[in-house]
Amino acid sequence: MNYVFQFGTLLREWPLLLDGLLLTLRLSLIAMVCGLALGAAGAIGSVYGPRWVKAGLFGYVEAIRNTPFLVQLFMVFLGLPALGLRLSPNTAAAVALTVNVGAYAAEIIRAGIEAVPRGQIEAGLALGLRQAQIIRLVVLRQALIAVYPALCSQFILLMLGSSVVSAIAAEELTAVANSIQSRTFRTFEVYSVVTAIYLALSLGLRQVFRIVYVRWVRAG
Amino acid sequence: MIRDFSSADLLILLRATQWTVALSAVAFLGGLVMALVIALMRTAGGRLPRMVSAAYVELFQGTPLLMQLFMLFFGANILGLPVSAWSAAAIGLTLYTSAFLGEIWRGCIEAVPRGQWDAARALGLRYPHQIVLIVIPQALRLATPPTVGFLVQVIKSTSLASILGFVELTRAAQLVNNITFRPLLVFSIVSVIYFMLCWPLSYLSRRLEARLAAGGVRSPQLEALDQDPLRIADSR
Repeated sequence: MNYVFQFGTLLREWPLLLDGLLLTLRLSLIAMVCGLALGAAGAIGSVYGPRWVKAGLFGYVEAIRNTPFLVQLFMVFLGLPALGLRLSPNTAAAVALTVNVGAYAAEIIRAGIEAVPRGQIEAGLALGLRQAQIIRLVVLRQALIAVYPALCSQFILLMLGSSVVSAIAAEELTAVANSIQSRTFRTFEVYSVVTAIYLALSLGLRQVFRIVYVRWVRAG
Repeated sequence: MIRDFSSADLLILLRATQWTVALSAVAFLGGLVMALVIALMRTAGGRLPRMVSAAYVELFQGTPLLMQLFMLFFGANILGLPVSAWSAAAIGLTLYTSAFLGEIWRGCIEAVPRGQWDAARALGLRYPHQIVLIVIPQALRLATPPTVGFLVQVIKSTSLASILGFVELTRAAQLVNNITFRPLLVFSIVSVIYFMLCWPLSYLSRRLEARLAAGGVRSPQLEALDQDPLRIADSR
């Protein structure tokens, strides 16, 4: 082995790495927020919706959960233009991540909704709340509290999974690592530093989610 | 040079599916063996094995699988160990699988009531016999549904081997798409193939889960771990 490690080369590339990191965070945040909204709507639809809505949502959730994210990404980035909808790599990445995490969130939240005791809904009815109010104030609130840890786990996996969007050259952290390594040939250094950044991100994110859980969510 | 999508292309995709299945099988079987080691270390009496295995799980659950594959593939080649895309993918997926399964199995082992260990000790069994004869058979029942469920994850994850250039189903789809330029058709077919591999396993996992739940043997902690693999709720 006659490879000399040079982490110094990487120091000069920090602005690029920072840009990549910020895009990874932005993509993850967009997919978390939009995916949560999509998941909540999907869960409500699959519990309370008419039969055709339930069937449609079942198809969506099963299709997403049983195919690789990379193929879904190619469908959005390469397949949609064939239907006349052309998206930039970054937008395609955000859309694919959202659609993906939305299906997982829908399945998780649905389980939470089904676990809300019947008596809670009856109590809401007794208080004279309308169905929409009961769903929003009683059912969804309790369901989200119950499934908070599962959703957060999913969000961290989403952040790590976002590295896959480098395959369509969305300029996030992994894509930046690829371009730095192809220019400088400091392959091992680049990938080990970027792996460490991801590790710090996921540990940090988990700590934040845990603090929120202990301080606010578990307390109600 | 663009040619039309033909049955020959479908054949290419189906052939490549064999590699997806082979890679999944190797990674899953390798992962099963290593996960057992991880789960035993995680539940062992000594501090050192616990710490080493906890760090291992943190590392593989806390970094992207794609980065793990890059590190193995490019890293090993630069360090002078020639590694093919196939072996890098097989090794990487095995390590990744073992971290997640090891953690699931730790939960299953811990879900076996403490009294079972005490009873085994009272019968004069030593640790190897306690774990093999008493604990593992009980943990195995709990472990089966989530393990089958994780196999779906493994199959889907093999698609990342395409980024290393290994020609499995997803890479074959890219190649066929490059010649025929029918992205919607090609990736739809590929999605259907993945779905047909994964959905029966998802279904089986759910059925096994329901059967355990009906028997009342699922513990709440285990159910939580199943949903929350990164242990957000576990704020120790």
